[in-house]
Amino acid sequence: MRWDWSTVIEVFPLIFDAMWTTLGLTIACFSTAMIVGAIWTALKRIKFKPFNWFISFVLEFIRSTPPLVQLYFLFFAWPMIPYIGVTLDPFTVAVMGLGVHFSTYISEIYRSGIEGVPKGQLEAATALNFSTRQKWTKIILPQAIPPIIPMLGNYLIIMFKEIPLTIVVGVAGMLTVAEVYGVNNFEYLEPYTIVAFFFLAMSYPSSLLIQWLEKKMNRRFVNKPDKKGKGVTAT
Amino acid sequence: MTQPLIQYEDVHKSFDDVEVLKGINLEVDPGEKISLIGPSGSGKTTIIRMLMTLEKPTSGLIKVDGTPLWHKEVNGKLVEADEKHLRKVRGDIGMVFQHFNLFPHMTILKNCTSAPINVQGVDKKVAEERAVEMLEKVGLGNKLDAYPAQLSGGQQQRVAIARSVVMRPKVMLFDEVTSALDPETVGEVLEVIRDIAKEGEMAMILVTHEMEFARDIADRIVFLESGKIAEEGKPLDILENPNSERLKTFLQRFRSNF
Repeated sequence: MRWDWSTVIEVFPLIFDAMWTTLGLTIACFSTAMIVGAIWTALKRIKFKPFNWFISFVLEFIRSTPPLVQLYFLFFAWPMIPYIGVTLDPFTVAVMGLGVHFSTYISEIYRSGIEGVPKGQLEAATALNFSTRQKWTKIILPQAIPPIIPMLGNYLIIMFKEIPLTIVVGVAGMLTVAEVYGVNNFEYLEPYTIVAFFFLAMSYPSSLLIQWLEKKMNRRFVNKPDKKGKGVTAT
Repeated sequence: MTQPLIQYEDVHKSFDDVEVLKGINLEVDPGEKISLIGPSGSGKTTIIRMLMTLEKPTSGLIKVDGTPLWHKEVNGKLVEADEKHLRKVRGDIGMVFQHFNLFPHMTILKNCTSAPINVQGVDKKVAEERAVEMLEKVGLGNKLDAYPAQLSGGQQQRVAIARSVVMRPKVMLFDEVTSALDPETVGEVLEVIRDIAKEGEMAMILVTHEMEFARDIADRIVFLESGKIAEEGKPLDILENPNSERLKTFLQRFRSNF
């Protein structure tokens, strides 16, 4: 098999167009994961034990099942279940499947961010008589969110690289287009190489950006009080 | 007789199976300054943390201005208070912590204006004027735009005091506010507390290991020992003529340590 530049010229625009689908899917999946993740985190904070165990079980179940199996199930098996079965279009299945799968990881990130806020901060907020809502909006979240941004970024990249899985339900992403071209023309080398190149070209700069963000966030907290809230003296 | 500002009536507190407070009865008058002293583990901090609603008493009543703090009256019966009730009563109480607990993501000025604006509904301009005035009083008028991490421990603690005072509470609680500080900055913080105490309007309850300071500032010293008030009285009586053996030993240990 030889590398054929005319094939490249022919297939490149097709894959370039499909890139937008892949990117759009990534954004849709990640937004879903962030929202559903927040819901998990909120549900996990309910102190009623049996409920807490139930949520933990559901999360563990979703996390421990391969996303590929989940996609197959949502697309092929779910519509066949009586009463609750619904046939969904590929894009929706992809967003639901990958979005919910990754929401379980995102939820853990949120939790770590919230738990990273020292207890003394909440006590001070109580002493100043902030309402529960204000404690969240003014004290907890502004301190919990910045440190987790790099972690969220990492998961964005991981998720981006999992998007080709949606080929199994027929979303017309880059890999799908390459596959279709390959089958029709018996040319696989160029299309798949170009797909890999696109993923590399987007993932690598993103991970550099995240490294930069991480450094920035760390610097932001250089003199941060430790867990007990004891300040590091700057003088 | 004026009504006491704070009343503890037979207050008990247990953590798991350990009873740390075994029936506390204590009254604080408006404007009165009280020092709580005693060996560590005697329950001093727990007493004020319950008043700040950070710990819930196991039994007994705490009243602020005659209103039960942890209970509210429904049809003539006292039931457990909800957050709404706690918020209403808690508004009269302020607290300064051992580890300052300033909000690291806010400037010094914002640390001192956020609660007045958001909690008390004070106009932003008024809140800022008050905060600036107070910060100048504690000697930090030139640090308004700095972040807590840029200040020394002593400076942070002075901001924490200002942050609490601008809320104009009726009683301020000080929880070992100098024990996390470098020795050279302890003095500046005590000086600020002295100044505020001199103004007289606010009642204060200070948990402290600084005996000299406790004597200077307090109208009354309360000595705690294993979850009970073992002795209380005027500072000079307590420190110079302790009645009980336990207090004598405690004070001696203190003098030999320092």
